[in-house]
Amino acid sequence: MTPSRTAFAAILAKDLRAELRTLQSLPAMALFAVSSYVIFRFGLNHSHLSGALASGVLWVTLLFAAVLGINRLFVAEREEGGFDAIRLAPIDRSVLFTAKVAALIIYLALLELIAVPIFALFFLNSAASLPPLIIVLVLADIGLAATGTLISSMAVNSRARDLLVPLVLLPLVIPLMIAATAATEPLMLLGGVSYHRFGTWLMVLGLYDLIFALLGYAVFDFLLED
Amino acid sequence: MSPDQEPAIRLVGLRRVYGDRAALAGIDLEVARGESLVVLGPNGAGKTTLLRILATLLRPTGGEVELLGCKLPGEAWKLRGKIGYLGHEPLLYRDLSGRENLRFHAKLHGIKGERAEARIEELLEAVKMSHRGDERTYEYSAGMRQRLAICRCVLHEPELLLLDEPDSNLDIPGREIAKTLIGRGGGHTRVVVTHDPDRHLPEADKVLTLGIDEGTVSA
Amino acid sequence: MYGKGLRPLSIATVVMWAITLSLVFFYAPIEADQGFLQKIFYLHVPLAIIALCGYVIGGIFAILHLRKDDPRWDAYSYVSIHISVIFTVGGLLTGAIWAKGSWGHWWVWNEPTLVSFLIVFLLYATYYPFRYAIEDRQRQARYASVFAITAGAFVPLNFLAVRASASLVHPRVFATAEGGLPTSMLVTFLCALVSMGLLWATLVKFELSAKSAQGQLKRLRRALDAPVGPPSSRIAPEVQ
Repeated sequence: MTPSRTAFAAILAKDLRAELRTLQSLPAMALFAVSSYVIFRFGLNHSHLSGALASGVLWVTLLFAAVLGINRLFVAEREEGGFDAIRLAPIDRSVLFTAKVAALIIYLALLELIAVPIFALFFLNSAASLPPLIIVLVLADIGLAATGTLISSMAVNSRARDLLVPLVLLPLVIPLMIAATAATEPLMLLGGVSYHRFGTWLMVLGLYDLIFALLGYAVFDFLLED
Repeated sequence: MSPDQEPAIRLVGLRRVYGDRAALAGIDLEVARGESLVVLGPNGAGKTTLLRILATLLRPTGGEVELLGCKLPGEAWKLRGKIGYLGHEPLLYRDLSGRENLRFHAKLHGIKGERAEARIEELLEAVKMSHRGDERTYEYSAGMRQRLAICRCVLHEPELLLLDEPDSNLDIPGREIAKTLIGRGGGHTRVVVTHDPDRHLPEADKVLTLGIDEGTVSA
Repeated sequence: MYGKGLRPLSIATVVMWAITLSLVFFYAPIEADQGFLQKIFYLHVPLAIIALCGYVIGGIFAILHLRKDDPRWDAYSYVSIHISVIFTVGGLLTGAIWAKGSWGHWWVWNEPTLVSFLIVFLLYATYYPFRYAIEDRQRQARYASVFAITAGAFVPLNFLAVRASASLVHPRVFATAEGGLPTSMLVTFLCALVSMGLLWATLVKFELSAKSAQGQLKRLRRALDAPVGPPSSRIAPEVQ
């Protein structure tokens, strides 16, 4: 059996290399997010947002942008025989799950690196909320990546695969979104950064991440069988 | 029986059912190590299904399957790495180069570093594609993809070769190359599914015909 | 095979419901604040609790299906979720009626329990299009089990998150100022809970028997080489 470290590195490197060459997911995600912010800017007729509204606009847009990337996560495996290749190899198949989750986290991080400063530029008075926001983004990314990878791996083998991910994923990430927006809201208040119940929400996020990462890892083997 | 005398493949009453339809309805056969089995039959007879079961990509619905001394599906994990599968799909990523694809497969099989590089170059030489190894595979012709797929198939020096129409898309020189790499006489056991009996029957130790007379084996 | 025991179970259910309804209308006191409408509590809360239990049971059947690779467990999982979804709709409707009666609104967003329930419903409602989208039967069953397990893990997390985010407006009938439900209400409630549980079990058994009969009919027809009839639902698993 090939050690999982090697297999993980091989699959992750392959994914990143392919993405770098084709730039299929990342630009689309980033452009979508930025365009959405522009639309919100004009649609809401607000030059500045704060509190709950700011938090909501930020997170909803990031979520929908993430769905674009999640949809494409397994397409190459499905269309170019990647599933077969990985199933033929002497590896632990759950490594495919961890490698894809890692890849998705990287895409989400890059997305946020572009989108969040632009959001701050468009809507926020000060950048004071950004440093604490980073930890919220990290935890939310992990949860979103775990759930997204799980659903995406099933959707890719079905009819109407582009519809299935948003359909099933959105209700599943509602607790994640609740926690993320609730943690972010006090960071963006007009009066200044507040850490009201910040710890509680981070714990909820952490719990979500733990449960879905473990769940995904445990069931993934069954998903690859035939 | 010592491992050398154990049959490479042993099937007893192999069945595979898809919903209401029985793709394979009870196959019995034995293939000794080093032998070549040729599988014939009309379209839809279940040849690819059989091959995929042997490759551990598909589970049998019934019957016994023993490959290289391991029982499927329970011990399938022991077999991976000993099987070389050449299916209808070349299993190559279009946006990676030929070499990158082979390196990826090598790593998945635990072959790294210099040993991997040496083996890859050796194979690319053998299929006469060294000079095009760094192009992305979507730029390859169908025949070139097939040659690269053959490299991928034998990269990890498998004991059992499962070949689904291995000559498809290959020109005459290509077929000669295929003969050296995956033909009879390399010491490996082979199962070849083909629509071209003239080409492969002379090399066969056993023949399995699916479809009309399900599961007839002749030597 | 599933029909065995269905009759005694149904009778037990009917009897329990007769007892419960008598208790609700003649024994349980009328609550001071909310009046007669409060009695819908005896339907609403048991519906909600049993539905949630049903989802968890569906998840457990799904785990068994993956471990034992026996399609029967998939059928149990599917039917459990199916009935629980129906109970969830019932719970939401009775909740809305109660809300309208007590607070004047059909729906309140800052009520965590109600909102969590809606989210759970939204998730399990996607179970059907999800199954339908996967063509290969065996794969469909496997993926559905993964869904049921994931959704089962989701339910407690969901309630936690929503509860943490809102103020408590839901009538805390179990913790009144006096420190608990009066005995008469408690007894009635427990009867209602048991009745609802029996109803759930009866409906699950009934649906499994119906599917089993359909499956047997299909196999007989096939054996006779007769036309098998209209294609069965592509979603629901066949039951042996």
